Amino acid sequence: MAAAASMMPIFGQQISARSDLVPDWTREEVSTGTTIMAVEYDGGVVIGADSRTTTGAYIANRVTDKLTRIHDKIYCCRSGSAADTQAIAEVVSYQLGFHSIELEEPPLVETAANLFRASCYRYREELMAGILVAGWDRRKGGQVYCVPIGGMLVRQPVAVGGSGSTYVYGFMDSNYKAGLNKEQCLELTASALSLAMERDGSSGGVIRLASISEEGVERRVILGNQLPKFSTH
Amino acid sequence: MATLTVNRPPIPGFSFENCRRNVLLEGEATKVGCSLPAARKTGTTICGVVFKGGVILGADTRATEGMVVADKNCSKIHYISPNIYCCGAGTAADTEMTTQIISSNLELHSLSTGRLPRVATANRMLKQMLFRYQGYIGAALVLGGVDCNGPHLYSIYPHGSTDKLPYVTMGSGSLAAMAVFEDRYKPDMEEEEAKRLVRDAIAAGIFNDLGSGSNIDLSVITKGNVDYIRPHDEANKKGIRTGDYKYKRGTTAVLSNSVTPLDLEVVEESVQTMDTS
Repeated sequence: MAAAASMMPIFGQQISARSDLVPDWTREEVSTGTTIMAVEYDGGVVIGADSRTTTGAYIANRVTDKLTRIHDKIYCCRSGSAADTQAIAEVVSYQLGFHSIELEEPPLVETAANLFRASCYRYREELMAGILVAGWDRRKGGQVYCVPIGGMLVRQPVAVGGSGSTYVYGFMDSNYKAGLNKEQCLELTASALSLAMERDGSSGGVIRLASISEEGVERRVILGNQLPKFSTH
Repeated sequence: MATLTVNRPPIPGFSFENCRRNVLLEGEATKVGCSLPAARKTGTTICGVVFKGGVILGADTRATEGMVVADKNCSKIHYISPNIYCCGAGTAADTEMTTQIISSNLELHSLSTGRLPRVATANRMLKQMLFRYQGYIGAALVLGGVDCNGPHLYSIYPHGSTDKLPYVTMGSGSLAAMAVFEDRYKPDMEEEEAKRLVRDAIAAGIFNDLGSGSNIDLSVITKGNVDYIRPHDEANKKGIRTGDYKYKRGTTAVLSNSVTPLDLEVVEESVQTMDTS
């Protein structure tokens, strides 16, 4: 399907080829198939994700929250292996919390992104994790950092990730302009996610959105029947 | 001093060497035509639901070894702490040992903090252990309990990912059980209604999945009280035989009787002592 779901040699999938009474989706690793997106605007960031977690062809959780809090005003969007991304996010939350206490001030988004990159790069052979780090800090305002599989770190004004992202690169490139405000960013994210969820089998459920700014974090959910509709047939 | 071998510093982390060897051996065995012994699995249907006032966990009681039922009445709801219980699916030994290890560590932790343990703590301990073993410990768990923050329910997968949800199912019969939940779950159910729902979900797994069977065990956890109901429902009682293949004496009439002694000559006699030490 896409980079996030490529055939990487993971031991878990090779373990036993015997077909027992136990069907294959009980042995498949849990993956957040996913579409995730993050957009910067002047004064903050908007992040969004779908809510589907799959084990093979079965949806293990249809209301997943892939927007994980790392610190008060720093969140990450998780895609790839559910176990790997949960473990990394918990480790980084701990490291960042400790660092913030030592610093005696809120941490920088770039610091959080670097902590993610450090873990993702060092264990790149063992992990399958594509993460978007987004948040607000006093020094640089709203920032979005992309840490894809392999452990690269790059700052982008707008980023998408996950298996469903391939379907919305065109939409994103043609519809994103610099200088959008918060409401326009939310609309853009919701639309992009809706289009990806329509086409990607591994993405679906509800759209979870969050906007992070100096005022704080505001979360909302768009339920399945309220998704922006594009199809006429 | 000259040495023939170079001392390599020990590689940190768990060594998965034997796992690679096992995969190779399995390949070799299938080429020759035989198969490696199958680990006993709890084929299983397990589930949990949050209701008004607590959490209900349910499980079937069949343990399989390949295509044979190894245990018709095994207990799949494991004790973690007085207010937390855990259902286990997957490899029976893995679920048993994992829950026992975490139960032990949690008791020590609880004595150290001086407080009743929280479900989130048990969840963290379980997921960190399973992630450390990268999925080789085949334990898929449904963890539920009531603590100072209310009732909580988690599903934990062998690779170490967890989901916190109001209703979860795991095991080979999980699809059948989830179908029942998706149809009839409502938030804030009463205890009796929730017990009926869990019983029906496990029954769906028992009757529609070959890996699940026998009876239904239930565990109702509320604030300050746990009802461990084993069995809650004997859905598969062994039937009573209606007929008998034994014939009564006299069914066949005896016409005549004659006894003929056989003269045998002893050719050789030897004694072999049994080692009873």
